[in-house]
Amino acid sequence: MIGVGKIKQYSNVLDKPLSKGKQEVSLSAFAFLFSELVQYNQTQVDNIAELERRLEDAGYSVGARVLELLCHRDKGNRRETRLLGILSFVHSTVWKVLFGKVADSLEKGTEHEDEYMISEKELLVNRFISIPKDMGTFNCGAFVAGIVRGVLDSAGFPAVVTAHFVPVEGQLRPRTTILIKFAEEVLRREARLG
Amino acid sequence: MPAVAPRSGEAIFSSAERVNAELFTLTYGAIVRQLITDLEEVDEVNKQLDQMGYNIGVRLIDEFLAKSNVSRCVDFKETAEVIAKVGFKMFLGVSATVTNWDAEGTTCSLVLEDNPLVDFVELPDTCQGLHYCNVLNGVVRGALEMVSTCYLMLVLSSCHIIILV
Repeated sequence: MIGVGKIKQYSNVLDKPLSKGKQEVSLSAFAFLFSELVQYNQTQVDNIAELERRLEDAGYSVGARVLELLCHRDKGNRRETRLLGILSFVHSTVWKVLFGKVADSLEKGTEHEDEYMISEKELLVNRFISIPKDMGTFNCGAFVAGIVRGVLDSAGFPAVVTAHFVPVEGQLRPRTTILIKFAEEVLRREARLG
Repeated sequence: MPAVAPRSGEAIFSSAERVNAELFTLTYGAIVRQLITDLEEVDEVNKQLDQMGYNIGVRLIDEFLAKSNVSRCVDFKETAEVIAKVGFKMFLGVSATVTNWDAEGTTCSLVLEDNPLVDFVELPDTCQGLHYCNVLNGVVRGALEMVSTCYLMLVLSSCHIIILV
């Protein structure tokens, strides 16, 4: 079914050479699609937490595939096995491929050892989105949080990942912070590896 | 007011903000997967994808008209060409080919040779009735409806859209 036309036919998708990832579509095309994703999910839930969870699930499946794709294409079938390595992989490589730029910042949480934060002044998915007042703290960045969780989980770093708006002084729009809280086992393993 | 010259799909696409096609492809994949999980029946999924496309189409036509400066198409042949060469190009970065005209000139196919939606995609046997790219149908339908052209559309395969007047 797929691949009708003059393009060379491949019997299955794995025989097809991997694209270099340079192809682009217009930002509006993505924004329209993303807005449909959010709107559809809104019809399936009765509360904000549920909506965020569903967006995160959608993101998760993207993240799992992104990890596989990037390890295969950019890293010669290797993946990071250490905590800081995988975090900087998400912050730079993944971000650069998906959003065209390195994330604005990657910080370690000050209060908890197991928390890390990736912040972005203007997250691509939030670009054309404003949240109605009655939806409180809802952040469509949940989708991106899901992508991050998908990448981390598939690489063997289970974590809870959430997206939050953080007001910035002198700025009209708040920035989005992706909060990553690693599972206990990850930190134990890190400590053992030294 | 002097008429503004229509712009080519290529020119609009290269001056627009763009994102990586893989993010787009994988996000679309996530949507389709979610629909299959929620709705279970492929026919329902096809319907929902078409509806989503329609919602996009009715909004997208504004941007299309604002950026492309195309004037009203005189006939269906021209409409099909504009969709294929300007519409698809300015949003997806790829153009379609218009073929399979019937004798009356009321039916044609748009064929996308390089469809960003289907990268990495292979349908399992359980999803054979799924029109994976049904969203494109909806988009074209929604957009055309806004500029009031009569039509009816069918998808034959994932890269093949048939338009009937």
